Amino acid sequence: MNLAVNNQSLLLALGLVVIALAIGWKEKLGIDRDMIIGVVRAVIQLFVVGYLLKSVFRVNNLWLTLILILIIIFNAGYNAKQRSNGIPRALPISITAIFLSTGVTLGVLMLAGAIRFIPAQMIPISGMIASNSMVAIGLCYRNLNAQFKQERQAVLEKLALGADLKDASRDILRDSIKTGMQPTIDSAKTVGIVSLPGMMSGLIFAGVDPVRAIKYQIMVTFMLMSATSIGSVLACYWAYKGFYNERKQLIN
Amino acid sequence: MSLLELHHVGYRVGDTPILQDVNLKIDKQEWVTIAGPSGSGKSTLVRIIASLLSKTSGELQFAGQPIESYDPIAYRRRVSYAFQQPTLFGETVADNLAFPYQIRQAPFDQQRAVTALEYVGLGEADLTKHVTDLSGGQRQRIALLRNVMIYPEVLILDEVTAGLDAENKTFVWNMIQHFNQDDHLTIIAITHDQSEIESAKRLVTIENGQIVGGVQ
Repeated sequence: MNLAVNNQSLLLALGLVVIALAIGWKEKLGIDRDMIIGVVRAVIQLFVVGYLLKSVFRVNNLWLTLILILIIIFNAGYNAKQRSNGIPRALPISITAIFLSTGVTLGVLMLAGAIRFIPAQMIPISGMIASNSMVAIGLCYRNLNAQFKQERQAVLEKLALGADLKDASRDILRDSIKTGMQPTIDSAKTVGIVSLPGMMSGLIFAGVDPVRAIKYQIMVTFMLMSATSIGSVLACYWAYKGFYNERKQLIN
Repeated sequence: MSLLELHHVGYRVGDTPILQDVNLKIDKQEWVTIAGPSGSGKSTLVRIIASLLSKTSGELQFAGQPIESYDPIAYRRRVSYAFQQPTLFGETVADNLAFPYQIRQAPFDQQRAVTALEYVGLGEADLTKHVTDLSGGQRQRIALLRNVMIYPEVLILDEVTAGLDAENKTFVWNMIQHFNQDDHLTIIAITHDQSEIESAKRLVTIENGQIVGGVQ
């Protein structure tokens, strides 16, 4: 380990926040309060989670690990639901889609021998998968809402011609799934060229050989592709029916 | 028994009545013209008949059965609704004429499409034409053909000739006449056009959500 972050260096790094605050104050952005709350929350949350993870890793208990993974999934589902803007049953849809996308991805990674069922691996990886799935599902919801408004006339015409709900919504579904997956695809395209992502940077930072670090990053790229595609497909296919009533009419 | 029967049909949004106590019987192969001022409830009425909206009171029967007893998708394939300003799907004319087949998982009958296109003054070469290259009149003709590629029993027309020039109006009107007389389709047409109102075989007038004129 060649990490040199200690409490004193963190305190000095706080100067960076002061720069941000000064910019906010000078430009009258009105975000000083939000910034301070954000910083305080980040510090407290990360300290709490740091100590929590430390004890969970030490205990190394199957059930405790599973419970923490489920909490991550629930939180991710709840946050994705906040983006749904009134789509019916968005909470159970989000939680189930994130649960399945996380479960399938973790399962494949374990079968491939890329990760082992130990808290130090399962919890951070679950967090990465669930958070990417959450963002993808949130984007899907936003796009579904926008498209059903924008393409209302086309959907009505398809229904009037006798299309079933899936045929009437097909273009919107396709577009929404693509929207959900787009950030992951874009970042996969530019990984290493534009950005050195968190996991890889962290490993290099911690002194791991870069060639070894990129292998982890490749694994992360694969796993995020899988998680966002599964999450987007499931959430879109479960959510679009909420735009219709029981008589298969488009709800206003 | 009439093909379509409406008994005391009403529709309200919250406390606002849009349609009240509408009674109407329409026989097979009949051609009913619906007229009335803007906002009188004409479109709401035909959308209820097309199962794109549900009435909030009264009874609507199709072929002797309440509308609720039909699967809405199957029903809309029998009672087809054509919009005033249609949206064309996909990229080409063929995409639109193939849509009715696609949703029924049936193979596209290209020969029928060509015959239909020729009937409305277009041809086989137009199948590959991009929808953005069509004139307003051509768009409306293609949209109408889309409704009848696989024949429905009832064709509902919501001001389909509004905004068309005289030539296109004649085209569309001849088409509808053909559907009605030769193919035995029942026609329900909303119009604001005075000449269409004057030449109506059966005229129903709606004002303030109620039928005020025409044989019910």
